[in-house]
Amino acid sequence: MRRPAFPGLRPGFKGRVWALIVKESRQIFRDPSSLAIAFALPFVLLLIFGYGISLDARHVPIAVVQDARTPASEGLVAGLRNSPWLTPRPYPDIHSAVEALKLARVDGILWLREDFGRQVLSFRNAPVHVVVDGVDANTARLVEGYLDQVWETWLAQRNQRGRDLSIVPVDLEARLWFNPDNRSRDFLIPGLIAVIMTLIGALLTALIVAREWERGTMEALFVTPASILEILVGKFVPYFVLGMGGMGITVVMATALFRIPLRGSIPVLTLTSALFLSAALGMGLLISTLAKNQFVAGQIAIIVTFLPAFILSGFIFDIQSMPAPIRMLTHIVPARYFVSILQTVFLAGDIPSVIVPNAVALALFALFFLAIVLAISHKRLE
Amino acid sequence: MVPDDPASPILTVSGLLKTFPSPAGRETALNGISFDLAPGSVTGLIGPDGAGKTTLMRLLAGLFIPDSGSIAVMGHDPASDPLSVQGTIGYMPQKFGLYEDLTVQENLDLYADLHSLPSEGRRLRYASLLSMTGLGPFTGRLAGNLSGGMKQKLGLACTLVHRPPLLLLDEPTVGVDPVSRRELWAILKQLVADEGSTLFVSTAYLDEAERCDKILILYNGEILGSGPPEMFRREVSGRSFRATSPGQSLRALEPQFYRLPGIVDSVLQGNTLRLVSESTAPPDPPPGAGQIQLEPVPARFEDAFMVRVLERASGIDRSRETPTLYDSAPRNGNREGETAISVHDLTKRFGAFIAVDRVAFSVLRGEVFGLLGANGAGKTTTFRMLAGLLPPDEGVLTLDGMDMRRSPAYARQRLGYMAQKFSLYTHLTVRQNLVFYSSAYGLSGVRQKERVQRVARAFDLESFFETQSGLLPQGFRQRLALAAALMHEPPILLLDEPTSGMDPLARREFWRVIDSLAVLGVTVMVTTHFMEEAEYCDRLVILDRGRILAVGNPAEIKARVAGPDLPNPTLEDAFVTLLSGAAAPAGSAR
Amino acid sequence: MNRIKRILRLAQKEFLTLLADRKSRMTVIVPPLIQLLVFSFAATFELNNIPYAVWNEDPGLHSRQLLARFSGSPNFHLVGTVRHEEEVAPLIDSRTVLLVLHVPRDFSRDLLLHRPATVQAIVDGRESNTAMILLGYVRTIVMDYGAGYLSDSGSTPPLAPIVLRAWYNPNLKSRWFIVPGLVGVITLVISLLVTALSVSREREEGTFDQLLVTPLEPFDILMGKIIPGFVIGILEATVIVLFATLVFHVPLRGSLAALYLGLFLFILSGLGVGLMISSVVTTQQQGLLGAFLFMVPAIILSGFATPIQNMPKIIQDLTLLDPLRYVLVILRQVFLKGAGVGDLWSQYGPLALIGSVTMVLAALFFRRRLG
Repeated sequence: MRRPAFPGLRPGFKGRVWALIVKESRQIFRDPSSLAIAFALPFVLLLIFGYGISLDARHVPIAVVQDARTPASEGLVAGLRNSPWLTPRPYPDIHSAVEALKLARVDGILWLREDFGRQVLSFRNAPVHVVVDGVDANTARLVEGYLDQVWETWLAQRNQRGRDLSIVPVDLEARLWFNPDNRSRDFLIPGLIAVIMTLIGALLTALIVAREWERGTMEALFVTPASILEILVGKFVPYFVLGMGGMGITVVMATALFRIPLRGSIPVLTLTSALFLSAALGMGLLISTLAKNQFVAGQIAIIVTFLPAFILSGFIFDIQSMPAPIRMLTHIVPARYFVSILQTVFLAGDIPSVIVPNAVALALFALFFLAIVLAISHKRLE
Repeated sequence: MVPDDPASPILTVSGLLKTFPSPAGRETALNGISFDLAPGSVTGLIGPDGAGKTTLMRLLAGLFIPDSGSIAVMGHDPASDPLSVQGTIGYMPQKFGLYEDLTVQENLDLYADLHSLPSEGRRLRYASLLSMTGLGPFTGRLAGNLSGGMKQKLGLACTLVHRPPLLLLDEPTVGVDPVSRRELWAILKQLVADEGSTLFVSTAYLDEAERCDKILILYNGEILGSGPPEMFRREVSGRSFRATSPGQSLRALEPQFYRLPGIVDSVLQGNTLRLVSESTAPPDPPPGAGQIQLEPVPARFEDAFMVRVLERASGIDRSRETPTLYDSAPRNGNREGETAISVHDLTKRFGAFIAVDRVAFSVLRGEVFGLLGANGAGKTTTFRMLAGLLPPDEGVLTLDGMDMRRSPAYARQRLGYMAQKFSLYTHLTVRQNLVFYSSAYGLSGVRQKERVQRVARAFDLESFFETQSGLLPQGFRQRLALAAALMHEPPILLLDEPTSGMDPLARREFWRVIDSLAVLGVTVMVTTHFMEEAEYCDRLVILDRGRILAVGNPAEIKARVAGPDLPNPTLEDAFVTLLSGAAAPAGSAR
Repeated sequence: MNRIKRILRLAQKEFLTLLADRKSRMTVIVPPLIQLLVFSFAATFELNNIPYAVWNEDPGLHSRQLLARFSGSPNFHLVGTVRHEEEVAPLIDSRTVLLVLHVPRDFSRDLLLHRPATVQAIVDGRESNTAMILLGYVRTIVMDYGAGYLSDSGSTPPLAPIVLRAWYNPNLKSRWFIVPGLVGVITLVISLLVTALSVSREREEGTFDQLLVTPLEPFDILMGKIIPGFVIGILEATVIVLFATLVFHVPLRGSLAALYLGLFLFILSGLGVGLMISSVVTTQQQGLLGAFLFMVPAIILSGFATPIQNMPKIIQDLTLLDPLRYVLVILRQVFLKGAGVGDLWSQYGPLALIGSVTMVLAALFFRRRLG
């Protein structure tokens, strides 16, 4: 009995779709809350996240305990002082330093034993003890790396001044591509854009369509000649435009405020954003078709779109390092593909080998979600 | 108006069956019904909530698919070809979805566009719709800022924008005050006269049936009768009587009348009692009733409705006494002179808007007192102030001699309150609800157990003790709500539209309980949209724009508007006349 | 006495409504579980299976020995080899590898001649954090190799060798950092959701009016809402603490008293914020939105995933208002550093202050709404 959901473009299609788009746009402009979700939310979120999330440890306080001051130990402490990442704080003895570490006043201890200077002069083993606070494993690892560097530099300097000591047999020369300053913000903010766009696309549409169900306007629309395709297109287009506007704001903020380089091209960025937004809107429409209640739709949208975009998209936690089942799960998170595209377009440029497969995945997601929405929506109340 | 060519009905339904999944298998909403509509007629679909009215309307509009049976709407099947049906007919759902953030004009434009109305015809169509609905001056206003009645009119205008030959209206007058209801009906009548449209209107108001050419009574998914209203009235003509007892109210005697053999229905009307008998012979008054005068009165559609429905609703045990709910009568039923509620100079402002303006009245102990008014007249605000939910800006409010503001806890302890919407915890069981509310009123231990048992027994709720209250049938939910309000035996009861959505039988049952409480000396204050229920009150006030327009017993209020052209006004006539009189000051031509 | 009985009845009713309704049961149970599982498994800063390629121009033995250390490490996963410089860029650009190890032609020769030999690591810097951690791994392997080479060849060991040790978390497992933090985050989510939606739900269902016409005082109603939030919050926190110690083997070194005193004060402030939201909003949807708007910055700025000291000064000051900030310190100190009550007064103080201020404000808002 049921007719296909896609009855083809009937006469009057354009007129009806246009009427629905005009109606939706009027509602958007009169309802401050949807404008707020579309424009104020990305702005505020990007500000909070952009400034709040930073993995770069700068000026990490390190307790320095010199049992005896010697030129050798002073040289090492000076190296510490010159590091942009570490800030040495002198402590009189190891006990007070340990206490400070325990209370998290310092993140590490550099302990130069009493015989440090003497042993260095006599080319014997000089114990440099380093303790880092392992509670925050990530910071701890960074601090270890920084201290290592300071130590190596100090060693190299002494080598140059002294005789050939052949101390460091293998030297590591690191070259960081795309982000030579190694600013975490540069990769976090492109990822954030994906998270925020998920929120706008899915949450906004989920709430808006559910609202039509709740207020009974959907029932009234159903008993007009407008087909389900026309109603969906009438929803999709205005929120697509709104979402692209939100996208524009975040990109401008990223480049102008946070000074993230945009090495790729605008057309590629626009096209891939359009694909991602279509997928996100598709999810939003799907959620609201199933939930039909603003409260439930909002909750589902947050749990199935926002949280995965945050945790499983690889924007902050490395996907490769997740356990296999969760790694598999990330493949069904559209944000994952968009994060990859954004990080590449911003930091590396238009690299087809990254962009094309990810864009294809996004396009498939968009098609999939929109097709499901079309297939399961019908002008029935059952 | 009714064309006598039944051979080509505009809508035909035959053997329509519709079921919905329910916890206990499938629930039948419509059980094989058949009927048809003649072009140009006004057909009323009448039945209580849950009878299947909305299901039927949605089936006709193609929003549901029938399990079996067939529908033909102007030759189209809404199940297989919904778009053809939806492009032609007009359908106004019960909760018509106006876009509240669009203006009146923008709402009209949207529906005109969706129906691909050519732009040249629009201006004329808009003009006629706006003048018909009286919305002309408000085209630029947001739909959300219209009053309830105006919203319904705008919904109607949107539905009419493409001149549908067939119009399906699902309870267009629900929640609309009597004045706006009359106006809506006037528009519908005009529509039939001007455009020859066919109307199919569902309603829960029995008095609206008389406005239709033909009536379908829908009850429990079945059609209990169809025909013009006169036909129904004829069936019961000569069987309706009015019982009067000079100088006293028949409230206390009503249960005895109701249990008389041969009585089908009995309803209070002010001080008098309206009876429907099984035959045309006047019934004998119950023994010991004192001096009773019986006089025949003209039959109403409602009488026929009750007769038909009661035939179907078997298992009503008339011998069952109305249960005693209170252990002790409040102040021994001393009814004379004692004031239970007194309101003086009560005023409430919301910003610049004065919702209640120096209202004053008093209610005697044991009185049933009605609070009436159009939407937005200040009824609800007054009621909420009485219940202590809203602090008044000015004025004094005394309950049982205690100032509400000075001793709110005392006043609340003496109040029972039943909200308009079912407002118990739907996810708790019946018992958990009763236990919770009784402990909120300080009952505990053995006494609490006793009260819960007793009230549950009185309201027949024992078998539902462990049922989640949200899953109760409609009638039982209302009983539970009343039961919860009565746990602490309050001497004053506040009921806010307590019977909305109740089936007429349940409504009668509900009022019997209220009457028995009033006889015990409980003071009952009630708001309602049903004018027939206003007749149950000893006295009532009519509010208009925050002020008292009239106060008195139903007979007095009716007498105020009686005149040469309206010798026997109903309470609704009185209400509408008083309100429109207030809107247009005396002397102005109207 | 009677009053306490009424409040307990209220609390009991609150429990029943929370747990009888499938939808609200879901809100209380499902999201925290999902968060617990997903966060604790997915949120790790450790790197495994880093895809890398090798560009070895040295025919000598030593380069092969060095590279064998990489292919033997569980952190690295070899995906290809490079022969020319121009092959490097496509591999990194397309994210096929994160690292290309370049061993120059004279690596083995330099080593034999006792000259410092050089290994080059070309790293994809798009994700700077990953890059830094990855470089740390590379450096460790290269230095280990160097030290091993020295002792094998009988040369002098380096003077002043560095002895690195991480205390409290010797293997630097980020899970030990994340999971105790989750106790705080999830408890916050729960206590907010339980309270922020409860009054608005009663309002939407009309039961709030029915409650207000009873002789119950606003204080009683508030208490009735607080008690279940408390019990549920403490229960869920306990579940996560058990989960952390039994499933993830995070050591719980400090005193339980210190832990629960912190949780107690923290839940108090969470409930206070929730009730404040609750008394301002009218619908459940607004309640949800309000809770969300508080929750997101509260979590981001708490130091849960990224250290507060990395934030700009002004934002660091802002975090002083965030109750989650303090409880995270308490949790991590108790779990990993073995802190007791006495060590944590600097955290309990602000938490207690935030808790009492939000509670008082909630009570005031509540009263005002009731007129």
